Amino acid sequence: MHGWIPVSVRPSDWDMPARAGLAGAGTIGAALRHLRQDPLGMLGLVLVLLALFCALFGHWIAPDDPFKIHVTDRFQAPSLAHFMGTDNLGRDVFSRVIAGTKIALSIGGSSILIAMTLGLLLGLSAGYGPRWLDNLLLLLFDSVYSFPTVILGLTVMTLLGPSITTLMFVVVVIQTPAYARLIRTATLAAKNTEYVLAIRSLGASPARVLVVHILPNIVGPLFIIASMDIPSVIALEAGLTYLGMGIPPPAPDWGRILQEGFSSIQEAPWIVVCGGIPLILTTLGFTFLGESLRDLLDPRLRRIV
Amino acid sequence: MILYVIQRIGLAILICVTSMTVLFAAIHAIPGDPAIIMLGSRATPEMRERLSREMGLDQPVPMQLVKFLTRVAEGDLGTDVWTKRSVGVIVMETLPNTLVLILTALSWAALVGIPLGCYSAIRRNSFIDKFTGVLSVGTISIPSFVVAIYALLLFSIQFGWFPVIGAGHDGDLPDQLWHLVLPSFAVGLGWVGYLARIVRASMLEVMAENHIRTARAFGLPEPKIILHYALRIAILPTVTLLALAIGGLLSSAVFAENIFARPGIGKLIVDAANLRNYPVVQGAVLVTVGLFAFAMPVADLIVAWLDPRVRSAL
Repeated sequence: MHGWIPVSVRPSDWDMPARAGLAGAGTIGAALRHLRQDPLGMLGLVLVLLALFCALFGHWIAPDDPFKIHVTDRFQAPSLAHFMGTDNLGRDVFSRVIAGTKIALSIGGSSILIAMTLGLLLGLSAGYGPRWLDNLLLLLFDSVYSFPTVILGLTVMTLLGPSITTLMFVVVVIQTPAYARLIRTATLAAKNTEYVLAIRSLGASPARVLVVHILPNIVGPLFIIASMDIPSVIALEAGLTYLGMGIPPPAPDWGRILQEGFSSIQEAPWIVVCGGIPLILTTLGFTFLGESLRDLLDPRLRRIV
Repeated sequence: MILYVIQRIGLAILICVTSMTVLFAAIHAIPGDPAIIMLGSRATPEMRERLSREMGLDQPVPMQLVKFLTRVAEGDLGTDVWTKRSVGVIVMETLPNTLVLILTALSWAALVGIPLGCYSAIRRNSFIDKFTGVLSVGTISIPSFVVAIYALLLFSIQFGWFPVIGAGHDGDLPDQLWHLVLPSFAVGLGWVGYLARIVRASMLEVMAENHIRTARAFGLPEPKIILHYALRIAILPTVTLLALAIGGLLSSAVFAENIFARPGIGKLIVDAANLRNYPVVQGAVLVTVGLFAFAMPVADLIVAWLDPRVRSAL
């Protein structure tokens, strides 16, 4: 591969052989074939699909309105009428847990997408831009990185006041530096490869080099890393809400259910038990699936780990 | 070597200053007067004005920042607006509790996780190895506050084995240790899996190296090879990781302290945050960021001390 590289060859075609089998239509098929041999990955897929199903069609399954208050039915233990019992306002816990899936997944998913886009832009600028910009951005990334996540979240929430927008902002602020750093390293590596030197010597503009030649090479790993962050983002979001610094009531967020259940943990322990289960299942599901897919993308890792 | 240490410490200071500047800018960039947010909408203009003056909010922002940073450099973290006590004193009262919690959690996680990872690497594909694999992925991904709530429900409320709240009486060591069990279990659980995983991966790599083969060829006993020649090197990435772990541990400690009502810096920040008590939040956050920023160069030094290869490269 040394020496002359034909420019017409797309870099992604030869630069990352590990991805060759994944490009295009074969992706889903290969992933499914891989998952069939990996029971934990399959379990993860099932859990993730279950969570997605609850998020999309939850209102069909939920037996009750998650916001509806029946004060006379408060603190009912789990029964046939109330599968997971009722809370301090007599709301059906099962319906609230189901409704919470939508909140968890939509906030987690959309804020990770925003963080990815921002991280991509910042990382490309740091990696391809002038040296001073690189140093400045690195200092900024490291400063954000040196805040313990929950404490950064609490600080921002204190400043801006708890709301869904603030919560998403917190997730974006925490996740962006990680993606930007990843993209920066990948861009630096790609910047000095022969195909980039070749296309630059042919007079391509920086924008063209970045978008057409460098970007396709680094987007794949970014997606994998980002999807593996979904569990920690969901946990962060529920955790901040649990501390009273996330989504304001009466939203049936999982953290909120746990927080409200915790205040009545002696008389109604089923609320915290049932409020924690979806959180555990969803984070486990995404982690198992993510681990399995990462092995598929990077066979080198499978040999070592 | 000395130059390198100075560089790393300089970077840590720079990170602290930058993060404080960002935090400071954020306080002032938000719409609305912090004094109004702190006092509520029913406060009279005079009250607001007085609070603004006390917090120095009536001065230009760059001026306030310079003043704040100078005071911090002198060791003064400001004054709690409500109790008029020094923020530095409040933080230092709670910090030891948090450090004890974090260190206990990390110690038990290391005592279980490192041998588990080491054993999994030696007996690859055995039942214990596979079990450890599933266990570590599981414990890493389950949020620590759910673990804390479940532990509290099961062991304190259902079985009554452990106390529910607080950190124990001062001076009564067995009581304090008793109060430490469940919180440190919840904080450390995820790290058992994480450490096991890192040590296993790093052990597998080291066991394939030439010097291990040579040691085997010389007929050294296997336990000696594993403990003396392999684990000693395989443990090095863990040390760097532990410094990074401080951030994660502090985050878990926030939850454990709130769930078990333990006095500590995490509980301090949450309580102050709920009251919109800016000076306390700011001071406590600065201390945690500093802790984290300085843990990195310390970890680098420990690795350099343990590993002659790194030492000579510096």
